[in-house]
Amino acid sequence: METTIAIVKTQPALSPWRLFWHRLRRRKIALTGGVTLIFLYAVAIFAGFIAPYRYDQISDNAFFHPPVWPRLQGFRLVVPRSEQMPGDFVYRQISNDTRPLHFFIRGGKYKLLGFIPCSLHLFGTGDDNYSVYLFGADQFGRDIFSRLLYGSQVSLSIGVVGILLSFSLGMIVGGISGYFSGWTDTVVMRFCELIMSIPALYLIISLRNVFPPGMSSSQVYAMIIVILSFIGWASMARVIRGMALSLREQPFILAARSLGQSHLKIICRHILPNTFSYVIVAATLSVPYYILGEVVLSFLGVGIQEPQASWGLMLNAAQNTEYMQRFPWLLAPGAAIFVTVLAFNFLGDGLRDAADTKSL
Amino acid sequence: MNLLEIKNLKMDFGTDADALRAVDGVSFNIGAGETVCLVGESGCGKTVTALSIARLVPTPPANYVGGEILLNGRDVLKMSSGELRSIRGGVVSYVFQEPGASLNPVFRIGNQIKESLKLHRPEKATNEEVIRLLKLVGIPAPESRIKNYPFEMSGGMQQRVMIAMALASEPKLLVADEPTTALDVTIQAQILELLSELKRRLGMAILLITHNLGIVGDMADRVAVMYAGQIVELSPAKELLRRPLHPYTKALMASVPKLHGTADRLSAIPGNVPRLGNFPPGCRFAPRCPIAKPECSDKLPELVEVEAGRFVRCPFWKSP
Amino acid sequence: MWSYILKRLLHMIPLLLGVSLLTFLLMALSPGNYFTALLQNPQISPDTVARLKAQFHLDRPWYVQYVFWIKNVLSGNFGYSMAYKISATSLIMARLWNTFLLSFTALIIAWGIAIPLGVWAAVRKDSWVDHACSLFAFVGLSVPDVLLSLLALWFAAATGWFPVGGSESPLNDFLSPAQQFWDHVHHLVLPAIVLAASDLAGIMRRMRSCLLDTLRAEYVTAARARGLGEGWVIYKHALRNAINPLLTIFGYSLASLLSGAFIVENIMAWPGLGRLTVEAFFAKDSYLVVDSVVMATALLVAGNFVADLLLAWSDPRIRLK
Repeated sequence: METTIAIVKTQPALSPWRLFWHRLRRRKIALTGGVTLIFLYAVAIFAGFIAPYRYDQISDNAFFHPPVWPRLQGFRLVVPRSEQMPGDFVYRQISNDTRPLHFFIRGGKYKLLGFIPCSLHLFGTGDDNYSVYLFGADQFGRDIFSRLLYGSQVSLSIGVVGILLSFSLGMIVGGISGYFSGWTDTVVMRFCELIMSIPALYLIISLRNVFPPGMSSSQVYAMIIVILSFIGWASMARVIRGMALSLREQPFILAARSLGQSHLKIICRHILPNTFSYVIVAATLSVPYYILGEVVLSFLGVGIQEPQASWGLMLNAAQNTEYMQRFPWLLAPGAAIFVTVLAFNFLGDGLRDAADTKSL
Repeated sequence: MNLLEIKNLKMDFGTDADALRAVDGVSFNIGAGETVCLVGESGCGKTVTALSIARLVPTPPANYVGGEILLNGRDVLKMSSGELRSIRGGVVSYVFQEPGASLNPVFRIGNQIKESLKLHRPEKATNEEVIRLLKLVGIPAPESRIKNYPFEMSGGMQQRVMIAMALASEPKLLVADEPTTALDVTIQAQILELLSELKRRLGMAILLITHNLGIVGDMADRVAVMYAGQIVELSPAKELLRRPLHPYTKALMASVPKLHGTADRLSAIPGNVPRLGNFPPGCRFAPRCPIAKPECSDKLPELVEVEAGRFVRCPFWKSP
Repeated sequence: MWSYILKRLLHMIPLLLGVSLLTFLLMALSPGNYFTALLQNPQISPDTVARLKAQFHLDRPWYVQYVFWIKNVLSGNFGYSMAYKISATSLIMARLWNTFLLSFTALIIAWGIAIPLGVWAAVRKDSWVDHACSLFAFVGLSVPDVLLSLLALWFAAATGWFPVGGSESPLNDFLSPAQQFWDHVHHLVLPAIVLAASDLAGIMRRMRSCLLDTLRAEYVTAARARGLGEGWVIYKHALRNAINPLLTIFGYSLASLLSGAFIVENIMAWPGLGRLTVEAFFAKDSYLVVDSVVMATALLVAGNFVADLLLAWSDPRIRLK
C-alpha cells in the first residue's frame, strides 16, 4: 500500500534552552530576583563612583552619627549641617544652615574597576562640615552607605568567584570519579565524605588557623576564597558523581565509546553537559552560603580586617547591644545581606522550577 | 437500564482561553456483565474518560463542561463526596497500568487489601478473606504472601494483587486501564485469562482500555474506538474485527503485523496524532485518512448508527 | 536490620579517625602556637616553656603528637587546656552538652513546626495559607543567622523579657534546683528559636514539595479509587511516603544546625563548642581547637547515624533489600 506522508501543521518544537528561557520568563519572582542582582552587581562595580566618601574616610566629630538625608528646598536638594551636642554621641541638625547637594562632583580619589584612577562622585556636598550620611556613620565616623557599597564589592564577588572555583573543581572531580568508578571513586568519595562530615564553620575556622593572622587585605581575600572553595567542592562533587554514575550506563555513552571517543572527551562532551541544569540551579542557590561564610569570618575578626570594608566586618560594630539600640543604622549591612540572599533565592527557585519540565 | 451510561461527556483541561478539550462528546453504555473494550492510541482521551466514571480526575486542572455519567441511574458528576466514596470500590473498581506504582510501597499487601475490605465489607475484614481473594486471583502460597511488601513481588504478581484489591469490594464494574501493557507477553496472557475467568464466575461488567487490538478479540463483547477525544466507531466486537467500518479502524487493523501471507512492507498510518488544542478543522482524522475528501475538513461528522448496533463517525464508511 | 546497623557503625570509626587526622594536620600547619606567645612573656623563662612543651609532646613531629592524642582520647582524657588552665576533658564535655542541648531543642522546634505547616500548605495548595507559607519560607531562608541573632539580642535588651545572651544568670549558683532549671530554660529560648528559624523554612518547603509529589503518585489515585476518604488518603497513604525523602535531608538539616549553632553561640554568648572553638582559636590553643572540632564532628556523625536508622525503619525497601 503506497502511503503519502500527510503534512499537518504543528507548532515548531523549541530547543531545551529556549524552552527553559520561556518558562523562566513566566516566573515574575525569579525575574525580580535576577533584576535585583544585576542592579546590586552594577552598583558594586561602580561603588567608588556612587559612594560620596571613601571607605576609610574617618571623621572625628561624627562617631555614630545618625542618618542625614538631603531635603527639598525650593527646587534644590540641600544638606543641613550637624552639630555635636554634649553627651555621648548626640547630634543636632541645624536646619537653616545648609549647602546644596551637587551631582557629579569631585571628591576623594578611588580606582574605578580597580585600576582607573578617578575622583568623580555621583553626588556630594563638597564641604566636609555638611556630610550626607544616607545610612548614618559608624564608630569611626565613616559613612556607612559608602562602606556598604565598597563592602558589596568584597561580599558579592567572593560569592561568584568562590562558586566558579569550587563548582568547576567539583564537576571535574565528580565527573571523573563517577565515570571511572572503582578505586578512584571510592577514595575520592571517602575524602568528600570526610570533608562533609565536619560542620562547615568548624572546618572554616580550622582552615583559617593554617594561615598567619596578619595578612594584607588582598591576601585575606584570596585566603577566604580558598577556604570556602575547599568546603564547597565536596558536596558538588558528590552529586555530579552520582549523576555521572547513572549517565555512564546510558546507551549514548556506549555509542560514543564504540565510536572510539577518548574518556576525557566523553566526560567533557557527554556527561558534564547533562549536569548543567542541576549545576546552574545549585550554583545560584549556593552563592548565599559563600557570602555568609565571608560574613561570619569577617564578623569574628578573622576575615577582612580594618580599615577595609566588608558587610561582615561592619556588623561586628552592632554586636554591642547598647550601640545596637541607640544606633540601629549599624544593622544596615545585615539588611544588605538579606536583600542579596533573598534575590539569589528567588532567582535560584525560579531557575529550578523552569528546569523541572515535569511541573507546569 | 444499563449499569453505566455515558452521555455526551465533555471535559477540558484548563479554563477559559487556555482550555484544551480532552474528551469531546463521548457517549457509550455498558450493561451488567458486559465487557466493553475502549481502544485508541496514547493521548486520545480513553484513560481520562475511564477515570471520569468515578470522578477520579482532579478538578482543577480538569473541568467538566458538559454531559452526564449515569452509574446505576445516578449522575456521577453531580454526586456529593460521600456518595462518590461509596460508589468507588462499591460499584466500580479500578485496575491500573503500572501495578508497582499502584500499590503503596511502604505497607504490606495483606494490610492494603484488608483496608479495602474494612471499608466496603467490614464483616469480612479478616486474614481468611484476604487469603481467599489471593487464591481467587491465582497467587500461590497466599498465606505467606500477605506479609509481603509490593517490591518483593514480580510485576505479574503485583497485578494480580491489584485485581484482588479491586475485587475485595465486590464491584459491579471493573475498569482495567491497560492492565497488561507493563507486563511480559506471557504474563499478559495469564492476566487476561484471569480476567475472563473472573468475569465468568462473578458476572462483573468490565471496561477494558487498551491500545492493543489483539486483546479485543478474546475479551470484548463490544468495542469503542477513540481518536482525538471522540468515539469514531462503536460496534460489537466480532463484527468490528471481521468488517471494520471507519477508515481509522481499518488502518489500525492493517497495521497489525501478520505472521502469515506474503512478506510485505509494514503499513503505518502516516502523520501523527494531533496534540490537544491542535485539532484540525472538520474530521480530526482527515489529514491522515487515505480516503479523505475536501469536504471532510469542512464539518465534523456525527456518530451515526449505520447498521444494527454499529455506529460510525464517517460519511464515507461504505468505501472499501 | 542489625547487619545494617553494624555496617553503619563500622563506617563511622574510620570517618572519625580521618576527621581527627585532618584536623590535627591543619593544626600542625598553623604558624605559631600558644607557646610563641608565652615565649614573648619576659616573666616566663625559655626553660619553663621548653619543659612544658616536652610535657605535652609539642616538641615532637605532628604525627607523633597525633598518636599520643589518640591514645589519650580513647582513654577519655582530652588533656589539659593551656589557655584555660583546667582539664580540657571537663571543659569539652560541658560545652558539648550545651551545643547538643541547643541543637536538639532547635531541631525539635524546627521540625515540629515545619512538618505540620508544610502539610497544611500542600493540602491547601494555592490558597492564602500556601502563599503565606511560601513567603515566610523565602524570608526565613534568606535572613542570615548573624542578623537574626543580633536582632534577637536587640529584642531581648529592648523588651527585657529574655536575658541578653549567656546560658545562665550570674546568680545561678544561689538558686534552688527548680529555679536553676527554669533559669536555663529561660536562657535557652531565644537562641533555640533563632537557630530553628532558618532551618524551619527549608524543611517546610521540602515537606510541601514532597507531599505534592506523593499526591501525584498512582497509588494515591488507586487509594482514592478504592473509596478511601481524602483525609485518610493524605495522612495515612501519602504522608507516610512523603516523609521518607525528608528523612534523607535530616542529616543535612543537622549539619546546618550545628554550623548555625556556631554562629548563634558566638553572638549570643551560649557556651557551646562553637564558642569554645573561636576562643581557643584566639588563644592559639591548638589542641583545644582540634578537640572541639572533632567533638562537633562526632555529634554530626552520630546525628546522621540516627537519621539513617530512622530512614531504614520507615522505608521497608531500604531495610529489607
